[in-house]
Amino acid sequence: MPNTTNILVCGIGGQGVMTATEILSEAAIAEGHDVKKTEVAGMSQRGGVVTSHLRFGPKVLSPQIAPGTADVLLGFEAAEALRWAHYLKPGAMALVNDARLVPPVVELGLFKYPDDPIGDMRARGVKTVSFDAATIARDLGDLRLGNTVMLGAIADQLPFSAEVLLECIVKRFARKGENVVEMNRKAFAAGRTAAQAATPATA
Amino acid sequence: MAAVMPAPAASRQLMSGNEAVARAVWESGAKVAAGYPGTPATEMMEVLATYPDIYTEWSVNEKVSLEVAIGASMMGSRSFSAMKHVGLNVASDALMTLTLTGVAGGLVIAVADDVGLSSSQNEQDSRHWGRFAHVPMLEPSDSQEAYDMARYAFELSEEYQVPVILRLTSRICHVKGLVKVGERVEHKATGFSKNAERWVMVPGHAKRRIPLMFQREQELKRLSDQSPLNVLEPGTDRRVAFITSGPAYMHVREAFPDAPLLKLGFSYPWPLEKVAALAQMADAVVVVEEVEPVLETELKAAGFAVHGKDILPRTGELAPEVVKPAIERLLRKEAAPEPESAQSLPPLFPRPPTLCASCPHMGIYYTLSQLKNLTIAGDIGCYTLGAGHPWNSLDSTICMGASMGVALGMDKGRGEADRNKRIVAVIGDSTFMHMGMQGLLDITWNRGNVTILLLDNGTVGMTGGQNTPANGRDIHGLQAPRIDFPKLIEALGVKPERIRVVDPYELPVLFKTVRDETKIDDVSVIIANRPCVLTEDFKPFRPYVVEEDKCTGCGNCVEVGCPAIHVTRREKVVKASGKEVDLAFTRIDSVACTGCGLCVQPCAPEAIVHFAPAGQVISIQPA
Repeated sequence: MPNTTNILVCGIGGQGVMTATEILSEAAIAEGHDVKKTEVAGMSQRGGVVTSHLRFGPKVLSPQIAPGTADVLLGFEAAEALRWAHYLKPGAMALVNDARLVPPVVELGLFKYPDDPIGDMRARGVKTVSFDAATIARDLGDLRLGNTVMLGAIADQLPFSAEVLLECIVKRFARKGENVVEMNRKAFAAGRTAAQAATPATA
Repeated sequence: MAAVMPAPAASRQLMSGNEAVARAVWESGAKVAAGYPGTPATEMMEVLATYPDIYTEWSVNEKVSLEVAIGASMMGSRSFSAMKHVGLNVASDALMTLTLTGVAGGLVIAVADDVGLSSSQNEQDSRHWGRFAHVPMLEPSDSQEAYDMARYAFELSEEYQVPVILRLTSRICHVKGLVKVGERVEHKATGFSKNAERWVMVPGHAKRRIPLMFQREQELKRLSDQSPLNVLEPGTDRRVAFITSGPAYMHVREAFPDAPLLKLGFSYPWPLEKVAALAQMADAVVVVEEVEPVLETELKAAGFAVHGKDILPRTGELAPEVVKPAIERLLRKEAAPEPESAQSLPPLFPRPPTLCASCPHMGIYYTLSQLKNLTIAGDIGCYTLGAGHPWNSLDSTICMGASMGVALGMDKGRGEADRNKRIVAVIGDSTFMHMGMQGLLDITWNRGNVTILLLDNGTVGMTGGQNTPANGRDIHGLQAPRIDFPKLIEALGVKPERIRVVDPYELPVLFKTVRDETKIDDVSVIIANRPCVLTEDFKPFRPYVVEEDKCTGCGNCVEVGCPAIHVTRREKVVKASGKEVDLAFTRIDSVACTGCGLCVQPCAPEAIVHFAPAGQVISIQPA
């Protein structure tokens, strides 16, 4: 469908991929869009590959993003971003947390983790903006802010203003008190700044 | 789950298909709802349990859940039962007679097919049940339709006194879309009317109900052809017309926005008159159905020349990128070029789901992987992951509870080559209560020689930690009678001295117990009881670290399979014997470690020690 925005969010089970996509959905709804959000989380709860598809626009039919049609990719883990990079439209942008989460099958020596997944993405022509969301969150005082850092990073790549997304985050954390809201505002701003700083001038 | 205020009527909510069905069931005034957890169906019951004024329960299995709904319907109340596709296999015994008695209060069965097998042992097409049981079937294609059709299902059920199946797939259950919700309308129980010819299905009574069932099916057939849920959408692109249902409708419309199309919402009985009308609208007709050629076969039998599985896959989702090239090939065009994107990548490592850090199942599988000469029948749950690396411990998985019967069959069916094998069955607490108890009774009664490991983690772990009789809490988290496993197992015929209760974190005891019991020619049950780490019953311990200077690179800790253990460097050394060995030096991610101590026990140089000083407990659980 024309006028449909496709956002792919990927990571591993337990990282908060689905929650982040849910907040992005709320922002799209606030902007008056029709929205569909879907994910495939494999069996069991933790550790597996998770992708969440978000599509919004005047009217969304299929909930699934086809390979080669994503407008932007938000990657919570470096190798996972590489795994799903082919879902991006040519020339589209990936915003990637450069954390490397190495699964037991790699630790057992059965498979190899790529040496430089971010470099591999760039080599394949993906406009890749990478940053260390975990360190940013830890520096702000709480690892759990990583999710909001990620949302801050994507905020300037959406067809609506960053403030709309920030409002949805604030709404979600409002019942947890002013302090939590303030921390999330800071995390959002820090994610935004990190992505802007890491974006090449040509991007 | 605590009761919450339901969203106000007339508001638009972002809801998954499961949430939408739950809302509709509540609004329809259902009095009783029962189900058993199973991906992708689980959230229907989870959400329903948060609504007021409706009795909800986790049943011990799907058959019981449907029977509970049947009883409520007999009292004239609206009732509901939700399950995954394989659950309806279990419940089908009840269904096949329910279709003869029919219903009093509206009865709706929601069945969720795991198309694409994200979390199931097989891929089935539940639409077969419509024809098999001669009951109507409704198929939504998004959340709003799931809501609308679930409400309509109750009306249809009462009007024709028939159970109605709402057929969902993963792409309905787990897709969120906007739904306009309404108000709950009370539906008073009409009362039980005693009528043995209606409710007591003995042969004489059933024989008289069969013609009524077929008469009802004829009436439903006429209704289906008139139903506004079966929509004929004329189109301008007349090269090919489509017949489709469920999420496949959205995929086809995405790929071919202007093609004539018959969208089936009331998909059994089939609306053949509308099919005939569609056939006039294009040069070719393609049936796009997930996953079996159910409709295609019927249409061909009725004399329609249609395409279907001759050009489309018989398994998995029919997403636009699957349908489009197949149709373009049919139209004798070049195959659609792959959309331009980043070049194809070299294959990446797989990332299968893992057992959690501190998962008590890890102790079990580490132990089983260290023992020789076992043949191990597995079962359905998180613990099916024991078939994977590094344990490779399970030799079979069939269906809920099958470990029991399969193990007995292995014992009785073994030949000379397996004479010395010890037969083991591994089953979780919820699976045991679902369908394992009868199998254990069969083992004891028929004098089998099997060692059973009952992994009691006090929850249905794989589907997100639902309550079970093993943790003494009901669907709302309220206190409920708790099953006493040793007593139950003794009652099923296992000798008291062959019932062992062990802590799966205590590897030496566990190892010795499994080794000893497998050597005895009798039925033994070893109950391992530690709570699932994702439940409130689990209290994290102090995390561990590897002391770098002490680590000898033996790699024993890696063999435990914990996701918190990482290899920092590898080395190859040649031993005095001339044998080359691989060394793996490790570290523990102290943020992920919850201190179960499983890795400490096989560590030869005692290099794994507590991270924090004694007395200081670091919680890593999110607040």
